[in-house]
Amino acid sequence: MLQSTEVVREKPARLATPTVQVRSPEPTAASLAAAPCIVSRKLSAFFGDVAAVRNVSLEIPQQAVTAIIGPSGCGKSTLLRCFNRMHETVPRARVEGSVEILGSAIYGEGTSPIAVRRHVGMVFQRPTPFPTMSIRNNVAAGLRVLGKSGEKRGPTDEIVEEALHRAALWDEVKDRLNESAMALSGGQQQRLCIARALATRPRVILLDEPTASLDPLSTQKVEELVYHLRETVSVVIVTHNMQQAARISDRTAFLLAGELIEFASTTDLFTAPRDPRTESYITGRFG
Amino acid sequence: MSTARSRHVISGAMIGLTYLAAILATLPLILILAHLVQKGASSLSLAFFTHMPQPVGEAGGGMANAIVGTLVLIGIASLMGLPIGIGAGLYLAEKRTTPLAYTVRFLSDVLNGLPSIVIGIFAWEFLVRPIGHFSALAGGLALGAMMIPLVTRTTEEMLLVVPTSLREAALALGYPRWRTSISVVLRTALAGIATGALVAVARIAGETAPLLFTAFGNQFWSTSVREPIAALPLQIFTYAISAYDEWHRQAWAGALVLIAMVLIISIAARFVTRSRFGAPVD
Repeated sequence: MLQSTEVVREKPARLATPTVQVRSPEPTAASLAAAPCIVSRKLSAFFGDVAAVRNVSLEIPQQAVTAIIGPSGCGKSTLLRCFNRMHETVPRARVEGSVEILGSAIYGEGTSPIAVRRHVGMVFQRPTPFPTMSIRNNVAAGLRVLGKSGEKRGPTDEIVEEALHRAALWDEVKDRLNESAMALSGGQQQRLCIARALATRPRVILLDEPTASLDPLSTQKVEELVYHLRETVSVVIVTHNMQQAARISDRTAFLLAGELIEFASTTDLFTAPRDPRTESYITGRFG
Repeated sequence: MSTARSRHVISGAMIGLTYLAAILATLPLILILAHLVQKGASSLSLAFFTHMPQPVGEAGGGMANAIVGTLVLIGIASLMGLPIGIGAGLYLAEKRTTPLAYTVRFLSDVLNGLPSIVIGIFAWEFLVRPIGHFSALAGGLALGAMMIPLVTRTTEEMLLVVPTSLREAALALGYPRWRTSISVVLRTALAGIATGALVAVARIAGETAPLLFTAFGNQFWSTSVREPIAALPLQIFTYAISAYDEWHRQAWAGALVLIAMVLIISIAARFVTRSRFGAPVD
């Protein structure tokens, strides 16, 4: 266990820029001034009568990586699933409060969840390539549903290539785009799912413990890729791996029993937590 | 005798019994096949597949009309049974816990256990009597009704095997629910559903009772859905209870052909399932 932690901890030095070790760049004045990407106000999410997320208000910045951490069952995945209206796909689940993404109220009247999901990408804990589709068609799956079937192969191929480049998978699959996606390794499948989410060019991408089922090497690849994604897209990542949050995120939210305990820049949260509960959690006293 | 030794003996005896049971389980099929080949193969010839039945006393002749009739009946049954069965299975898998789903699931199990003769009588009452004559359509629909519960339940089972995570992945990409069901869930389960469909076809291909009052049988060539039509099981039945040796021989040959058809469909079903894990798709 100790050994594996060290392995993972050493790798990120490679992906960080030379001036920064382990930590990501501080938010610049410009990026702080920009409008937030996701704003939630008094957001609560329920399964039946049980509240999994309570009264969460936060502003997630644009073009940055925001991590949501907390012990198992604290509602971090549920919170994430409120940002693309996936929460409501569970029977008897409902949401209170409001969420705005880039200024539009996604729970507003007349806003369809399908439209929201087309603008917000999501990647799950386990890789979910569509088993009946080739690698190419997996990446293009989200495009097809946008009704761009009229377009010729050309543009789609370009988008597929671009998405695979962004997901750092292109070199590994460029010669077998027509093969089944199931032939890929778990780590490759997960990057394929990231490519699939990126292909529709969303402004936000939600990652729900994307490395939980991957080995350390695949984890490192996904982390590197997430690290670079911030340049073009806003990333929200749920993780129960605190080292991972520290390595790749700009800001971190700590959730406990459905409540937002603390939301600060990752450096501050991990070096100078304001709330004693955050301190207990990050120093490993519970969870 | 030591305990260890007696355990070995008992263990050996039990394993022997399971072997015996496994062999006995396949024995009926082997005996039937062997007997059919022995009795029927000698009457089989190209003419059996291409010629019409001959009047009593004339040698030769075949069951071309009955073979084609069976295929027509299977076709009608599939046209009715597959879309309804697959659609109902899709509903059961998507809306698992609604009162309607529980009702449909229960009733389709009941329908599955319904004696086929009852389905035949029912089809006669509603499809034959009002029209005034037997027809292939009535026979096909009776068989189709038998297919529905089989296809419904296998479709449901195959769809439930598709992981929820795939469904969620499609929804998260902005697929509408119906499109998720059809282009992801149904497509992923397609090989399994196809297998279920073939098994259902194999199951109804040999049914006789529902056809007695519906398709009725026909000594002449007919492919019209509005006329009585010949079918292998009916032809076998008629020939087998006749008094003529030549017809008996023909009945054996017909039985062999029928069982070969069912076997071929069953083997095809195996291959459809296997291809899911084989060559790349799409």
